Amino acid sequence: MKGASLPGVLTAGALVALAGCTSNETTADNAIAVTSSDTACEVSSGQAPSGTLTFNVTNAGAQVTEFYLLAEDGLRILGEVENIGPGLRRDLVLAVPPGKYLTACKPGMTGDGIRAEFTITDSGADLAATGQFAEQIQQAADTYAFYVKDQAEQLVADTDDFVEAYLAGDDDRARALYAPTRMHWERIEPVAESFGDLDPKLDLREADLEEGQDWTGWHRIEKDLWPPVDYRPMSPAQRQKISKLLVADTATLLSRVADQTYRADQLGNGAKELLDEVATGKVTGEEEAWSHTDLWDFQANVDGARVAFDALAPVVQGKDPELAQMLESRFDDVQAALDQHRKGDGFVLYTDLSPNQVKRLAASVDALAEPLSQLTATVVT
Amino acid sequence: MSAVSRRRFLGLIGAGAATAAVGATAAVAVSRDQADALADAVPFFGSHQAGILTPAQDRLHFAAFDLTTERRDDVIRMLRAWTDAAAAMTAGLEVGEFGATAGPYDAPPQDTGEALGLPPSGLTVTIGFGRSLFTDSSGGDRFGLAGHLPAGLIELPTFPGDTLDPARTGGDIYVQACANDPQVAVHAVRNLARLGFGTATVRWSQLGFGRTSSTSAAQATPRNLFGFKDGTANVKAEDPDANTSVWVQPADGPQWMVGGTFGVARRIRMTIETWDRTSLREQEAIFGRTKVDGAPLSGGDEFTEPDFGAMGRDDVPLIAMDSHMRLAHPSRHGGVRMLRRGYNYTDGSDGLGRLDAGLFFLAYQRDVRTSFLPVQQMLARSDTLNEYIRHTGSAVFAVPPGVAEGGYIGQALFEA
Ligand code: HEM
Repeated sequence: MKGASLPGVLTAGALVALAGCTSNETTADNAIAVTSSDTACEVSSGQAPSGTLTFNVTNAGAQVTEFYLLAEDGLRILGEVENIGPGLRRDLVLAVPPGKYLTACKPGMTGDGIRAEFTITDSGADLAATGQFAEQIQQAADTYAFYVKDQAEQLVADTDDFVEAYLAGDDDRARALYAPTRMHWERIEPVAESFGDLDPKLDLREADLEEGQDWTGWHRIEKDLWPPVDYRPMSPAQRQKISKLLVADTATLLSRVADQTYRADQLGNGAKELLDEVATGKVTGEEEAWSHTDLWDFQANVDGARVAFDALAPVVQGKDPELAQMLESRFDDVQAALDQHRKGDGFVLYTDLSPNQVKRLAASVDALAEPLSQLTATVVT
Repeated sequence: MSAVSRRRFLGLIGAGAATAAVGATAAVAVSRDQADALADAVPFFGSHQAGILTPAQDRLHFAAFDLTTERRDDVIRMLRAWTDAAAAMTAGLEVGEFGATAGPYDAPPQDTGEALGLPPSGLTVTIGFGRSLFTDSSGGDRFGLAGHLPAGLIELPTFPGDTLDPARTGGDIYVQACANDPQVAVHAVRNLARLGFGTATVRWSQLGFGRTSSTSAAQATPRNLFGFKDGTANVKAEDPDANTSVWVQPADGPQWMVGGTFGVARRIRMTIETWDRTSLREQEAIFGRTKVDGAPLSGGDEFTEPDFGAMGRDDVPLIAMDSHMRLAHPSRHGGVRMLRRGYNYTDGSDGLGRLDAGLFFLAYQRDVRTSFLPVQQMLARSDTLNEYIRHTGSAVFAVPPGVAEGGYIGQALFEA
């Protein structure tokens, strides 16, 4: 497959098409070769026409290096590739409007780097001013941070209600609260997962247990509320203990997200991860092995992904309007597919779905997940 | 039409032991027309079974058998028949005295025939014994072999995330048939299964369409279905520690296993759809190597030793702490190495509009307890790759040493 590239794939748009050609074996026609050694930064050309540019950066030195494209002031970073080990090669792909810039290699990752002037001539390509997006991205990050905090707060409050019912032995009420409460968790799952320790404490499935590992969190309680045959119910003391942990770990989550900030790539990747969760855990019915309330989680994952996308939408709109439009309509399709299985305030159980219905849901998820995986690159490039 | 002439030739001479050598020479002579070493025969007899430290072929048919007999002699008879058939097929010859197209006109042909005209294609047939050959589930002695159960032939624990399908797990006897032509590999398993009827039945089997490892420095490193070079740091036949990493040594015991090895098979489904949506950055971070040429992210080329201490920006390791390579590296496991010999597979789709595809992982080692087991324990716990894989089948088996002409595979065990 050397040299071959599939332009466009499903998501059209010049930017995505070019991103498809960035295999290190291939060199895009307009690629600029950069060789970074310990003492020099050779750039094959001092200028290029405006549009989407690819820098093929090769580290010919003995130290780890980085490469930057900087604004004329030498401060503002338009794009960068970091952590290029000796002998390795990495691409920087970015869309640049006409103007004066600086290239910089930074062998050893310290200092200002080895800089040179770089000019982008006007090719007539339609590109938004670079400054425009920075503000929109900041806004998106703020919106998302607020959303995560809000969901965490609701999770704390609803978990309290849930635990109250569970400890009072009001299992019917606990069962009714289980799925709606978990939705707050599922909406922000990638953030919770990023803390590493909290996710296994709160959301570990029985199948993922290690021999000898303590099983805590939602799914432990799930099994107690929807007991399989031959199951030994938890004693009141055990319920007390597991509930206390659930409340404490949820409180920790809230405190951690309280002043968490996010970058654009975290929003984009988070949205993609939520759809991956749906694709591998929910649409397969694996997540809620006992309660079968997978469609609640499904909805919550989609909610969380949609919020991240909506927050970034103005940026995507500016950079790749076709992608923005496609994501918009595919989100709507998934929602429409899901809405068919609504029942009361919630959804039917996973076990009530026919194989064909599951297959249709899976298809709508995959249809959205594929273009959604382009979100990060579109926003950060 | 060299293929046709070979078919006739073999059909005429049959496949008796005396003519076997002639047939093999002829086969080689004919296949030279295609000038392709991939067509050559790999010797079957020897102190080790072929198909382990011999160069990994392109195709796999792996089969697990359950014994249906309760008689020890039946098992021995089948192993003899399998040994003879395997010796013939690996030499590019037909199974049985009359082969595929000769013999009594009213009798079904002895060889099933689909490999007629095909060269030996590097076929190897490797036979291994599961724990259940020695003892049944309640510890009972099935064939008078319980006393010879190697301590290393363990039952694997349940690893976190395991979703093993009982219909793809376990078995009494295993056959690994590898060849450079899929038809030749399938032909081998099919004919052994046929010879086994009444003694053994196929419990499950797995096709692999592309090798994911190299076992010789002369071979180029192939790619797995994640698109990464697989087999770079594998045990290669040329390595000074190859023999002691793979073969059971006299001091290890039991005596009948010396010169043999322990195999592990894991059918690992890949969720390739979600993988394909993952950024190149994340893909490389997961393995700790570059996708283009498999170089460690600490720098160099494919065969440069990884530098796990190399730091990138903000003193974050260039090779992530939870990357597959770092966790699996011998430096984390007392220097112990295993020989990987896996294959890519696809088995249709999963009913959700996605391919059932992945890696049929095969590893051979002197002791599972110090290599596969601790490595998989660490991987199952911490490997970032876990998000994209699921273990769906499993087998552990003792591969006895090879035999000389006239012997049969497993003879040392049954005569121990
Ligand atoms: C689908 C599952 C897997 C994939 C895609 C995979 C892929 C890879 C790749 C790309 C490498 C780096 C190149 C190389 O040295 O071969 C590697 C190395 C390795 N893998 Fe895996 N692997 C998988 C499962 C496993 C399992 C289950 C084990 C054993 C328990 C394992 C053990 C190893 C070892 C020992 C190395 C060599 C590490 C070193 O010495 O640098 N892998 N694997």
